[in-house]
Amino acid sequence: MQQLRVDLDLCEGYGNCVFEAEDYCELGDDDVVVLLQTEVADEDLERVQLAVGSCPVSALLLTQAPGS
Amino acid sequence: MSGTLVVGGSIGGVRTVQQLRRLGYDRPVTLVEAEPHAPYDRPPLSKEVLHDETWTVPTLLDAEAAADLDVELLLGSAAVTADLEARRVTLAHGRELAYDSLVVATGARARRSPWADQPRVHELRTWDDARVLRNVLDTAGSVLVIGAGFIGAEVAAAAHHRGLRIDLVDVAPVPMSRHLGDEVGALFVDLHRRHGVSAHFGTGVEVLESPEDAVTVRLGDGTVLTADAAVVGLGTELNTDWLLGSGLTVDDGLVCDAFCQAAPGVFAVGDVSRWWHPGLGRLVRTEHWTNAVEQAAVVAHNIARPDEQKEHCPVGYVWSNQYDWKVQIAGRPGDGIHHELVAGRDDDQFAALYVGADARLCGVLTVNWPAASVRGRKALASPTDLETAREVLFPVRSTPAVGARGTEPG
Repeated sequence: MQQLRVDLDLCEGYGNCVFEAEDYCELGDDDVVVLLQTEVADEDLERVQLAVGSCPVSALLLTQAPGS
Repeated sequence: MSGTLVVGGSIGGVRTVQQLRRLGYDRPVTLVEAEPHAPYDRPPLSKEVLHDETWTVPTLLDAEAAADLDVELLLGSAAVTADLEARRVTLAHGRELAYDSLVVATGARARRSPWADQPRVHELRTWDDARVLRNVLDTAGSVLVIGAGFIGAEVAAAAHHRGLRIDLVDVAPVPMSRHLGDEVGALFVDLHRRHGVSAHFGTGVEVLESPEDAVTVRLGDGTVLTADAAVVGLGTELNTDWLLGSGLTVDDGLVCDAFCQAAPGVFAVGDVSRWWHPGLGRLVRTEHWTNAVEQAAVVAHNIARPDEQKEHCPVGYVWSNQYDWKVQIAGRPGDGIHHELVAGRDDDQFAALYVGADARLCGVLTVNWPAASVRGRKALASPTDLETAREVLFPVRSTPAVGARGTEPG
């Protein structure tokens, strides 16, 4: 299983990720992304990969979850 | 097996090859790029890259990443002809590449100005352009920016960040009004002036001379301006020359259907693509980063999974950083016949909601208001009237409109 992570120092609130995977990414009150879940189910991987690739500042990252 | 050949290594081409592999496409993939540099990202070039030396080239796909994807990366290789019947593309140095699927992602170049060959006159499209311009800004005390579209405005903002004296010239009286309407366009004019930029709008450059060590221009209204360097941002020209004679229809872009297909096995992605937008019911061409990314996903899908073709039907989204404004535009404000300004927490936060002839929301501009931008993009995804849009965009409190006037986008 893969894990979704965000570097909040990079996030500038462009919001593209929200439109690729709104069940994983949301824009919070402080205008940066809030991850709604971080463990990425296999059937969601394609959408989450698109969310990662849609970020203009590469603030999102997919990594192999520990122990998987 | 010939596989997929992607011509053009900017964001659209790179996202296409990445997505092909993610979708399990297992045939050969080749990415051809005319520039010698590994594929890189363009939005930072007119922004942070100009600030100081800390930014190196914003690489999108280096040799190692390409090898990991099993993508053959051919740099410094311009495509010169495409033979659709033989399914073959010829590169400048004569090499021929066969394909089953061809993705045209050659984008655009800076529109050549009448003064392009003069010393101290610069343009900004490529990494090399950006590096040269950054070096110029290192030593210049003043800069003249010709063209106040997104690129010109961002260059002016970067020069302001570095403390330079700036003259900004545009032949349009209110440069952003064509897409955003006069009232919102005027706010962008104020933004420049508030940051000490001398804005000369509504008058064009008649004469430009660059003898000795300065650039001097005379404007149509007689004003004479002198600066250490000039930057010209007059829009783009498409890189479609290599498709002439191919039989493909090139008419302000490579004309494609809703599946982004120009001919059997030929697709187009990014700035160069003029595709049939099924939601708008017309051909559309967009020079925006997010469109290239979304379109690349559609094209990769249509190549990897030909039995379940997808249409490309984006809302549209672009951003620009100008001084202390983060500008986000969703949808198509230029289609609006009316707009409403909504004030935010202070003078540097507001939104404009644009309504089309069908009385539906067609565009949302926000300044320093990302949360409203995201809600606006959601609202634009389905038919929404202005009242509903207000409720969706500004759910917490009812914000009084500070202005509601008709606009006349051109």
